[in-house]
Amino acid sequence: MKRRNLALSGPYLVWTAAFIIIPLLMIVYYGLTDSTGAFTWSNIAQMGTPERMKALVLSLILSLIATAICLIMAYPLALILSHMKAGATGFIVTIFIIPMWMNSLLRILAWQTLLERNGVINQILTFLHLPKLYLINTPYAIALGMIYDFLPFMLLPIYNALEKIDQNVVNAAYDLGANRFQTFWKVIFPLTIPGVISGITMVFVPALTTFVISDFLGGSKVLLIGNVIERQFTQVGDWNVGSGLSLVLMVFILISMAVMQHYDKGIGEGVVL
Amino acid sequence: MKKVLSRIYLAFIFILLYAPIAVLILFSFNNSRTRAKWGGFTLKWYVEMFQNESIMSALRNTLLVAVLSALIATLLGLMAAVSLNSMKRRRRTVILSAINIPMLNAEIVTGISLMLIFIGLGQFLSRWGYGVEFGFGTVLIGHVTFNLPYTVLSIMPKLRQVNVSTYEAAMDLGATRMLAFRKVVLPDIMSGILSGFMLAFTLSLDDFVITHFTKGPGFDTLSTKIYTEVRKGIKPEMYALSTLLFVSVLVLLIIFGRGKGKETAK
Repeated sequence: MKRRNLALSGPYLVWTAAFIIIPLLMIVYYGLTDSTGAFTWSNIAQMGTPERMKALVLSLILSLIATAICLIMAYPLALILSHMKAGATGFIVTIFIIPMWMNSLLRILAWQTLLERNGVINQILTFLHLPKLYLINTPYAIALGMIYDFLPFMLLPIYNALEKIDQNVVNAAYDLGANRFQTFWKVIFPLTIPGVISGITMVFVPALTTFVISDFLGGSKVLLIGNVIERQFTQVGDWNVGSGLSLVLMVFILISMAVMQHYDKGIGEGVVL
Repeated sequence: MKKVLSRIYLAFIFILLYAPIAVLILFSFNNSRTRAKWGGFTLKWYVEMFQNESIMSALRNTLLVAVLSALIATLLGLMAAVSLNSMKRRRRTVILSAINIPMLNAEIVTGISLMLIFIGLGQFLSRWGYGVEFGFGTVLIGHVTFNLPYTVLSIMPKLRQVNVSTYEAAMDLGATRMLAFRKVVLPDIMSGILSGFMLAFTLSLDDFVITHFTKGPGFDTLSTKIYTEVRKGIKPEMYALSTLLFVSVLVLLIIFGRGKGKETAK
């Protein structure tokens, strides 16, 4: 019986090998060879050109800012939502989740419409006889797009973590004389850290690697590392350099995940102790 | 005081979330091609959208890829979950971490890696005169690949809650393995299977990046269609499309939410 059960995973394992493992190895292969197939580090070193370094640094800064703002905005929101009466919660939480169900490109298109030179915001400013603002094609516009696009990804895991907290634990803290702030800082917040961690990863990685948000809100003026890599494949057609750059990007993703996992584990053990 | 503050905060986030969508909806009724002016109310963009064959075919492709990829991913995921459940712990951990790769990795890297493997496969097959055509098939494979972890991870926890004794009891009473699975295990894990399917379906509907790298020139889903149209300069048909998509999501959620409410009421 065991053996037959093991065989059931056959198609799945073949699929994983063919479309996940081997493709990733191909990126490694292309990234570390030149067009003749000889080993080289030069594709990776291509990241060092000023233009690409600028894109990488800008991506890191913007994605860190977007992640931080999402966290600052989503945590109080999740707290408020988790305190609502049971009947109202479902409906109100749904309201804050609905935008996530809309196609993400359309959500960014909406911001383009708002921020453009002749967009809605500038029209309102003109109507009020105020000077127009230069909003689109700036790093600020991209950060705004990231926050708008990824806020629900931060909200949901934190809200779920808050919902799971046993109310008795919170009451026990109050009974033992903790004030509201102490209860939050010593009891509630530590219990939501796994949610915060998964929220951070779910915002940071897509923000770091996006090329759509910068395409729509940055024009061709502000390039992120995602744009640089995407162009390398779809316009330049140099897979070796493109793969080399992707390898560098993957290193950053792995580092961020290792950091996150480290914190997650440390806190978890602390709670158990 | 605290209540007022939290109300204000909720209202602030609500406006931030919905103002852009409201603007999209408003402009879908604007009778002027340049967005700079309000040219009066019109439904002509909706008419043009439905008459636009490329948008309609993108819509069909999107739905077809979403349904098929969700079905395949759910089936493969179910089989894998059953199998993983009876594995030893260490082996299971190794396989589960391989599953997680497309979920944790950047979409752009997954997309590029899939593009490279299809090109490589095409070169390999060309020796015998075959090839890999970028289009429906490659997009479908890409979508199944990124959907798989979600279906496995939705089904696994339900499967672990299943009481093995009831399954064994069914077989003791003469049921075949298949019958015991269908009658005893399947009803218990059905909610996991359904939520895995729904998750896969919505992820596939929304995907842009993987499709962008695995599609061929003649093939579009709604996301890639929106991308090319917006880069060309926005067409009001796209506003009409977003309004319709938003309204249909809203309607689906209300219907789904009601069903769920009834279920919990029982």
